[in-house]
Amino acid sequence: MAFSSLNDFFAMGGHAPYVWSAWAMTLTLLLGSVLHARHERRQLIRQLQRRSRRERHHAAQGRAPRSRSRAGDIDDT
Amino acid sequence: MWTFINKLGSPRWFYAISARLLPWLWAAAAVLIAVGSIWGLAFAPADYQQGNSFRIIYVHVPAAFLAQSIFVAMAVSGLIFMVWKIKIADMAAAMMAPLGAAMTFIALFSGAVWGVPTWGTWWMWDARLTSMLILLFLYVGVIALRGAFSSRDSASRAASVLAMVGVINIPIIKYSVDWWYTLHQPATFSVTSRPAMPLEMWMPLLIMVLGFYCFFIALTLTRTRSEILRRESTKRWVRELAGEGG
Repeated sequence: MAFSSLNDFFAMGGHAPYVWSAWAMTLTLLLGSVLHARHERRQLIRQLQRRSRRERHHAAQGRAPRSRSRAGDIDDT
Repeated sequence: MWTFINKLGSPRWFYAISARLLPWLWAAAAVLIAVGSIWGLAFAPADYQQGNSFRIIYVHVPAAFLAQSIFVAMAVSGLIFMVWKIKIADMAAAMMAPLGAAMTFIALFSGAVWGVPTWGTWWMWDARLTSMLILLFLYVGVIALRGAFSSRDSASRAASVLAMVGVINIPIIKYSVDWWYTLHQPATFSVTSRPAMPLEMWMPLLIMVLGFYCFFIALTLTRTRSEILRRESTKRWVRELAGEGG
């Protein structure tokens, strides 16, 4: 341990604002990237499932599935 | 070898194989970054000149490494896409660009914050600092270019070309500290040569660098899998996947 107390650790020998802001920025962006990737994946899977449910529903009713560009649907964007 | 490359280029095969690798990659990234952070922040000895402000090195150097490696990876992917028309290379290139921009920003931000107590200034038009700023603009350019075309193929080709041309900036960044030695010090860390700092300072840095690389690979694989779902959503295997519940 390079510090004698927890207060010492947070003070960083007077360099607290520099050390902690650099670290906070880094960890925030890393965590943000993970959360964004997870959200992106979940949303895509939800969209695919919604579409597959609707297609099955239409198939069961003996109708052709509606155009896939309906609101909230998956698109090539 | 060629069958392997062809297989790797198939989105379906890529989707399956990456699923098996990902838990390990994420676990490795989490463990390495956690260990490196605690070691670097609390246990590594303070620098005899800079005191504790030197602990910024543990985020600054890994971020700067990744910023450059991701750009090279993007240029190589662009080349693979342009020459062999392997779509997955283009998907990966598109998905890694924002992380590259974020890493460049972290390198610039942590460097500026570090500069205040160390150099007495947060910014100077030093060659290393300027070439890193150009790298940030190149990332922003590549991302913007992808959004600027209505046809996906034109967007992919334009982004690939910009990445391949922009990669010239990488050797400039690397050698800038030797060619124009104004403010930024020459490299202090290298995986291959003998450490220029005590081992108890160098070890956590090595761990952080490895952790950042694992993070990059894990994030890119994860996002490329999402991009496959997005672009291949009409393919039968993707629809079957959705029918099974993802």
